[in-house]
Amino acid sequence: MRKVALVGVGMTKFGENWDKSFRGMVTEAGIKAIQDAKITGDEISAGYVGTMASGSLVGQEHAGALISDYMGLNPIPITRVEGACASGSLALRQGVMAVASGLHDVVVVGGVEKMTDLDVAAVSQILGGAGDQEWELFMGITFPGLYAMMARRHMHEYGTTEEMLASVAVKNHANGVYNKYAQFQREITMEQALNAKMVADPLKILDCSPITDGAAAVVLAPLDSASSYSDKPVEILASEQASGTLALHDRENLTSIKAAKIAGELAYKKAGIGPKDIDVAEVHDCFTIAEIIATEDLGFFKPGEGGPAALEGKTKIGGEIAINTSGGLKATGHPVGATGVKQACEVTWQLRGEREETQVKDVEYALTHNVGGSGATAVVHLYQRGY
Amino acid sequence: MKESISLTWRRIPERYKMIGTRCTTCNSNFFPPRSVCSKCRRKGKIEPFEFSGNGKIYSFTEIHAAPAGFENQIPYVMAIVELDEGTRCTGQIVDATLKDLKIGDRVEGTFRKLLSDDPEGPIHYGFKFRLKK
Repeated sequence: MRKVALVGVGMTKFGENWDKSFRGMVTEAGIKAIQDAKITGDEISAGYVGTMASGSLVGQEHAGALISDYMGLNPIPITRVEGACASGSLALRQGVMAVASGLHDVVVVGGVEKMTDLDVAAVSQILGGAGDQEWELFMGITFPGLYAMMARRHMHEYGTTEEMLASVAVKNHANGVYNKYAQFQREITMEQALNAKMVADPLKILDCSPITDGAAAVVLAPLDSASSYSDKPVEILASEQASGTLALHDRENLTSIKAAKIAGELAYKKAGIGPKDIDVAEVHDCFTIAEIIATEDLGFFKPGEGGPAALEGKTKIGGEIAINTSGGLKATGHPVGATGVKQACEVTWQLRGEREETQVKDVEYALTHNVGGSGATAVVHLYQRGY
Repeated sequence: MKESISLTWRRIPERYKMIGTRCTTCNSNFFPPRSVCSKCRRKGKIEPFEFSGNGKIYSFTEIHAAPAGFENQIPYVMAIVELDEGTRCTGQIVDATLKDLKIGDRVEGTFRKLLSDDPEGPIHYGFKFRLKK
């Protein structure tokens, strides 16, 4: 297997992009990534795109063909992949496998979701499809409700508090201020987070990631030729995926996402590094409790210590490990199919030292963690500075 | 939330009577039913199995932002219930508010209306739970 490098990244502004279409956003992100990689379209031999629900959200299936056509890349093969909110990382993983295997040399990977053309109730119902439609959603649960039940169990077993949950949102909003692509470039206070409208007890509106439009893209190439495309290539050390039960009620416990833990362990083993080596991580904070569980599953903190660590500022920039320097899903926004690819963009900027206000010092290793549904699909990527 | 009549009809044994399945090789019980034992796979022998509906609350939440079809019920309590026969499922807790509940409380199954698609559409029935006195 060949070593794979990330040689170009690009993304659109995340937010309520009423003036931008599904195809317009993914084309914009793709062209930015291709320009960043200093390649021509002729060098690209394949593409992968992650989108969870383009069919339900904008009535458009066959996203691979649409993108190939509108990016002027015909006749190269572009394949759509879907794994709910982990669709973007699944697309990245397909690209990594294609380059590593030698099947393709230069590959473009995109992630996109256009969510604000429908009203909130319709979008919530579509997102519900990431869980067990017949046995969870039809019974009346919602996605915030599923994560709320994880939160209550985490509180019950470890004494995690609502302040600990809120501190995740406060920290991610603080990071998002400096991210020009973020949906919310503004701080929130602990008081605001704790007094926000209840969504699914104990999760309030500021514990939840928003509904967002956006797209992100990256360009991959073999590491041995990466220097011809980028002065600052990023090596992808590991790309691991694991599956768990579709329904939350079938998990052994609710305080950990087993698939994410397994994907993380496989990735560390493949790369020959451990959680202590990671300088910066983008984790899947679709809800505040999800970030706390992620930091435990990935080995940054012991089970039950993720909450206190967040409250004590250990996950801030300059803390023990910088988590979600982009603002995470909470502040950057969560266009579901785009999120995994956006995470790869953020850690690439960190590894290149291009993040200015939110730049972590001397980043050598980075991690991205992307979860589908309540944890049925999990993907972990590890990255190293390649220059 | 709309659900086709044939889907609802197909799910009647499960939703009305909590008929799940059991693997006689490893004695695991499944609700909702599975046709492949996730432990024994091909070595498993699956047969229908009726659950009592009795169990205890494993975790719970109160929904304030409801999906389509549930708007008139908010706030309402949802839970993951650990069934006495040894598996968990998701259901609504009726006749109780958040402050009445704690993890570990005993519950029993109760047959209720789940929701109706629209005034002219079918009414979907199934199991919910209530605190056991």
